[in-house]
Amino acid sequence: MKSLAELQALREQMKGRVGIRHDDDSSIRVVVGMATCGIAAGARPVLAAFTEEVAKRGLSNVAVGQTGCIGICQYEPVVEVFEPGKEKVTYVKVTPGMVPAIVSQHLVNGTPVTEYTIGASGAQG
Amino acid sequence: MFRSHVLVCGGTGCTSSGSARIITAFERELASAGLEKEIKVIKTGCFGLCALGPIVVVYPEGAFYSQVKPEDVPEIVEEHLLKGRIVKRLLYSETVQEDTVKSLGETQFYKKQMRVALKNCGVIDPENINEYIAYDGYMALGKALTEMTPEQVVQCILDSGLRGRGGGGFPTGRKWAFAAAQPKGIKYVCCNADEGDPGAFMDRSVLEGDPHVVLEAMAIAGYAIGAQQGYIYVRAEYPIAVKRLQVAIGQARELGLLGQNILGTGFNFDIDIRLGAGAFVCGEETALMTSIEGRRGEPRPRPPFPAVKGLFGKPTILNNVETYANVPQIILKGPEWFSSIGTEKSKGTKVFALGGKIHNTGLVEVPMGTTLREIVEEIGGGIPNGKKFKAAQTGGPSGGCIPAQYLDIPVDYDNLIEIGSMMGSGGLIVMDEDTCMVDIAKFFLEFTVDESCGKCTPCRIGTKRLYELLDKITKGKATMEDLDKLETLCYHIKENALCGLGQTAPNPVLSTLKYFRDEYIAHIVEKRCPAGVCKSLLTIQILPDKCKGCTLCARNCPTGAITGKVKEAHVIDPEKCVKCGVCIEKCRFGAIVKK
Repeated sequence: MKSLAELQALREQMKGRVGIRHDDDSSIRVVVGMATCGIAAGARPVLAAFTEEVAKRGLSNVAVGQTGCIGICQYEPVVEVFEPGKEKVTYVKVTPGMVPAIVSQHLVNGTPVTEYTIGASGAQG
Repeated sequence: MFRSHVLVCGGTGCTSSGSARIITAFERELASAGLEKEIKVIKTGCFGLCALGPIVVVYPEGAFYSQVKPEDVPEIVEEHLLKGRIVKRLLYSETVQEDTVKSLGETQFYKKQMRVALKNCGVIDPENINEYIAYDGYMALGKALTEMTPEQVVQCILDSGLRGRGGGGFPTGRKWAFAAAQPKGIKYVCCNADEGDPGAFMDRSVLEGDPHVVLEAMAIAGYAIGAQQGYIYVRAEYPIAVKRLQVAIGQARELGLLGQNILGTGFNFDIDIRLGAGAFVCGEETALMTSIEGRRGEPRPRPPFPAVKGLFGKPTILNNVETYANVPQIILKGPEWFSSIGTEKSKGTKVFALGGKIHNTGLVEVPMGTTLREIVEEIGGGIPNGKKFKAAQTGGPSGGCIPAQYLDIPVDYDNLIEIGSMMGSGGLIVMDEDTCMVDIAKFFLEFTVDESCGKCTPCRIGTKRLYELLDKITKGKATMEDLDKLETLCYHIKENALCGLGQTAPNPVLSTLKYFRDEYIAHIVEKRCPAGVCKSLLTIQILPDKCKGCTLCARNCPTGAITGKVKEAHVIDPEKCVKCGVCIEKCRFGAIVKK
């Protein structure tokens, strides 16, 4: 390390890796259904894709987690997004390919990707 | 990239209750579930709640699992890490809520705490410099080297009001200013990590949980006074602390944060470790430096003070681990921030090692001025088994006992000295009504007799005589003249001993005499130990009307002192009885009592 700027750059890079270790209620929670039905429908790669995408963009206010069966097994993999003060958004039949769009449009810019949500698929949420 | 972090406490308490086996179990289970690329296992420093160890915290949920056993790990992996269902039965009971977990900050134990020196303990992996950097590590050094002159650094520490956390409470900034004012040349920065008070483990926990903070602060101190070399004097009985310090120094050198031309500023500073063999006197500054020089650890008279003539005869500053742990944040956040915490003359926070008769044994950090009652009853969770608080011992063998009437005084340097105790390094031992105060004084004197280096007569012989007088009292053989002798001798030692060890050695006697003189008198005049501790003054008796003659006590007595026929009341032969108390534990009818 030759300068303070290099140290600062290293700090920024490392911050993203420890960002999940905070008890913070103001963060956005992304929850992937990881019950038997979810895992069978391919929730694991979706979860991994979210983790990677969030890290790549350094979103320190987003926590990616998992939950059990949400109860709509035919629509798995199901992903729910909780934003403080807003109604939850439920995405259904999510594939890893859909993840970058959800992250950039919804988590960064605040606009849910309606075509992937449960409303667009014709079911009653 | 990992979606979840599993933090396992690797502090001394949790290590001794088996946290290493838990880490192995996690690694094995995660591998077999195919989760090793998604979940990261991190060994951290102390979380503070040692009574409930081993502790495992899972993020992002912040689930706080306590008293985890290796057999519990498959369940946590399967349920929590794979399926996202928190294992409620293993959660710290205070954090359990309907559908989510309560954050740790809201629990009784953590609510009133404020973590400055322990900021990173239980948060980062102490063996990974990158995690320290992620939490602003080495930024204070960067700021000092690029934006501040050495004089400004000294002024900043002076303005903050930081006082030495090792016991004496001398203003840290003044120490630095003295050393900085010495003519240019070779100077040294030392760290006193020779924590030796019985029951104290604050410095140990900082070194184990956040070793880089000490390195960074020492480098800042080096810049401030114009030194290029630092020494950490740490006792060899702290193997985890020593290992993590070695790892930390290696990593800091590799990144160029120690060594030549740090951050391209032309400032050179390096640190080496010196291991102490565990002599209590080596925590005294002149003895410590003599020991680093490779000679027998004995104190020498001051002046000259170390800031003028210290290690190898050169100007030296010596600060305690916890003192250093405050420095980087003072530089980063400013002296005003630091001096806004605490009381008028004691700024900042203080770490205490809570022990003795208390629920939440562990490590706590509170703002100066927090009352003893808040520490003992709220954070500490009170005294187990419905017993009453009798006194708290602070300052270890140099300190004194604080009785119940002072539970509400704000704890700071000056208040504690005023009531005959001292801050000390931060050991806080809670005692209940079953503690004999004469016995406690005797315990500490036994310690100082052992640890006296022998250089000066008042300490070498005086403490031995004090111990003998106390022993006589606990055996019921003392007279009231002995009590006067005891007190006189205390003052003689205080005034004449060479170093802090001897000068403070009588404190446990003086403070118990001040607040619990009636207990001393009960031992001497009535030949009775009110707390029922001193064996020579006890008799164990069987109450004939309660004894059912079950023979259980007689069968368990190691000396065959109990006799009696089946279904008839038994008796104890006082000649044979060694007062071990086994019979009291064994009796199912409460028929055996101490008197």
